[in-house]
Amino acid sequence: MSNAEPAGLRRLASELTPTAIVCLTIIALAAFIAIFAPAIAPYDEGTILTNESFASPGNGMLLGSDYLGRDIASRLGFGIRTTLSVALAISVIAFLIGSAFGFFAAIMGGWTDTVVSRTVDALISFPAIMIALIVVSSLGSSFLVLIVTVAVIDSTRVYRVARALGMDIVVQDYIEAARVRGEGTGWIIWHELLPNALGPLAAEFGIRFTYAILFVSALSFLGLGVQPPHSDLGLMVKENMQGLLYGSFSPLYPALAIAMVTVSTNILVDWYLKSTDANLPEEL
Amino acid sequence: MVNSTILRVSDLNVAARARDGSMMPIVSDISFSIELGKVLALIGESGSGKTTISLAAMGYARPGCVITGGEVDLAGTSILSLDFPARRKLRGSDISYVAQSAAASFNAALRLGLQVTETPIIKGLMSAARAHEKAVSLYRELDLPDPETIGQRYPHQVSGGQLQRLMAAMAMICDPKLLILDEPTTALDVTTQIEVLHAFKKLIRERQTSAIYVSHDLAVVAQIADHILVLKDGQIVEYGDAEQIVHAPRETYTRELLAAAHVLPKTIPTKKPVPQAARHQPLLKVGNVTAAFGAKSEFIALKDVNLELAEARTLGIIGESGSGKTTLGRVICGLKAPLTGQVTLDGQVLAPSIRQRDCDQLRSIQFAFQMAETALNPRHTVGKILGRPLQFYFNLSGEETARRVGELLELVEMPASFARRLPRELSGGQRQRVNLARALAAEPRMVICDEITSALDTIVAKAILHLLDDLQKRLKVAYVFISHDISTVAQISHDIAVMRNGVIVASGPTADILKPPHHEYTELLLSSVPEMRTDWLDDVANSRVNTLKAAQ
Repeated sequence: MSNAEPAGLRRLASELTPTAIVCLTIIALAAFIAIFAPAIAPYDEGTILTNESFASPGNGMLLGSDYLGRDIASRLGFGIRTTLSVALAISVIAFLIGSAFGFFAAIMGGWTDTVVSRTVDALISFPAIMIALIVVSSLGSSFLVLIVTVAVIDSTRVYRVARALGMDIVVQDYIEAARVRGEGTGWIIWHELLPNALGPLAAEFGIRFTYAILFVSALSFLGLGVQPPHSDLGLMVKENMQGLLYGSFSPLYPALAIAMVTVSTNILVDWYLKSTDANLPEEL
Repeated sequence: MVNSTILRVSDLNVAARARDGSMMPIVSDISFSIELGKVLALIGESGSGKTTISLAAMGYARPGCVITGGEVDLAGTSILSLDFPARRKLRGSDISYVAQSAAASFNAALRLGLQVTETPIIKGLMSAARAHEKAVSLYRELDLPDPETIGQRYPHQVSGGQLQRLMAAMAMICDPKLLILDEPTTALDVTTQIEVLHAFKKLIRERQTSAIYVSHDLAVVAQIADHILVLKDGQIVEYGDAEQIVHAPRETYTRELLAAAHVLPKTIPTKKPVPQAARHQPLLKVGNVTAAFGAKSEFIALKDVNLELAEARTLGIIGESGSGKTTLGRVICGLKAPLTGQVTLDGQVLAPSIRQRDCDQLRSIQFAFQMAETALNPRHTVGKILGRPLQFYFNLSGEETARRVGELLELVEMPASFARRLPRELSGGQRQRVNLARALAAEPRMVICDEITSALDTIVAKAILHLLDDLQKRLKVAYVFISHDISTVAQISHDIAVMRNGVIVASGPTADILKPPHHEYTELLLSSVPEMRTDWLDDVANSRVNTLKAAQ
């Protein structure tokens, strides 16, 4: 695999379309801001600079001030940092849980599969936002509760995809060959199953990541996600909503940031699927 | 008739468009013609372009392919100069196509009759009632059971051979000028193949239809074709009438194809029978094994099977699909636990399932799968595929593993540099060699070979058989060779067991099994292997009709 991967990347690079380049740039920029927000933001996210709410840009405030007189540009930087890192943590945990159970159910089949799948079905049957609201409001909102709750909810969706992918792969003879050799379930999942599921899973990760951003933003907007004085894109929209009445753009910046990152990720996933799919008949 | 030529193809060229836009020719400068009521066979190995040519005769190129030049003239219409809607109008009514796998071509959720009569109805050529009538008469001509009511059934309610004939009915219902049959019997058992071939031949003869018959099997083609076009790498090797190609081939390649065809050799070069001493202490013993599937074990797959395999010998197991031969292989290697009975290796009783067998027992029995495409993980390099059993069974270090992988590749006659390749960078034959090398990596006492030559071209399959033989002499490994193809099994086995419906109907040394008097089922199998002459099918059909009459 080690010598197959660079070739795959190089091929992907040769398939770059202008749209894909724009989306990649946006995501790279967002990632850069998220990582270096403390270094590049002129002020801290909680510092109140002026007692003027919704001040116009100027006075060292690039995008003006928010409802408490804090620097919007700085808060936007920290907001991107929080939202993206929370969403990333959620997606990674959701994928670890979801795909581990999904592959396990696919490879064991029979009773194990039935029990795990029905449990997941039961979880899925509740509206995601409802579970999240109940859990977060009863346990109190902290980063840990938020991340674990949303990750568990998300993992049920990942489970479905991973199990379906796994089902297609476990019927292949190479899995049977590993079984005849006497390999354990763990080895089969890690070495035989996972490498073949990685491509579709990567695409699913992109989609789930955008959902996680939207979900966290929605929770923050409802007041149950990230708590002030921390900054979060959803929270920023909520806080500054009344600014619209005074002709301030302040809630639009975080909204725009959410839209740009999620739309770019979605377009990139589509592009990735399309270009790897076209690569399939390379035996021709 | 002045002009009885139905199809004339001249200087046909088809190319595949590569990713960078350049064109790679797939077939070049193909010319042939078919007269009214005649059958032309396109024959060649996989990748020889035979399907591409037959599709081009309908004015169709698969996605990624382009017809780059030439003329296709169907009864006065130049197909390639028509636009796509006009070409589509011809398909189904003037030209029709029977695909290799009928099972994959029928919609499992619709009744058969509806699917057979669909084309003439949607094209407005016949009323539903008229189409139904026509279908019933076709069913009758194709010797389908219950012609009046078979259309009411669903695809899963008929056998594979019947489905293939229903597919032919679907193709013939509009009385096409040209019928294209793409490997229509390849997926069928030998005994079913005869029925289907016979039905096709009768239909083509009675309806005076012209046909293109695509196949890799010369002996099958010889039964039905008037002319044969031998292809290799997209080019014509030889073009002549069937008699000439079969009896007096001009080209070396045609002779190679003839030599590798699945026919029973006239004098069977049976191996020396196993000496009594070797029989005394068999390597593997299958004792009274019964196995079943289903929640309540209601589907019996094996019934009271007894077998013995001596060291460094080959036991051939012949049977048609559903005979239980694959289940037997799975019981031996522990993938399927038997209901009753036991498997002993060297006098030691083996546990029914893999989990309970120890490392040495697992190592001793290896399994080689039919489809090397799916048996090798597409994401693993050849080095990793062969290296894993070495590490698993022998705990070799990285360096030793690499050296041993090289030796294994050499053993199966492949360069050691192939260790860095992925399975998709290998040809079908090479993949099957790697598949075999993986089984040998464990240094097993015996290998179960499940139809390992069935998916290969005849010439490649022959090379694999030679390799198996050679390896047996050098490594003293025993084989259980499972196949539906009696001619392959006869060439490689010391002993043969014939299976049917989960029961061994005959077993013994190869020479005894193949020498008359046979068990009646063995006789049926043997007589169903096509012979390399053009009148074989008619002879067999006549003799079977006579036997039936005598029985009545």
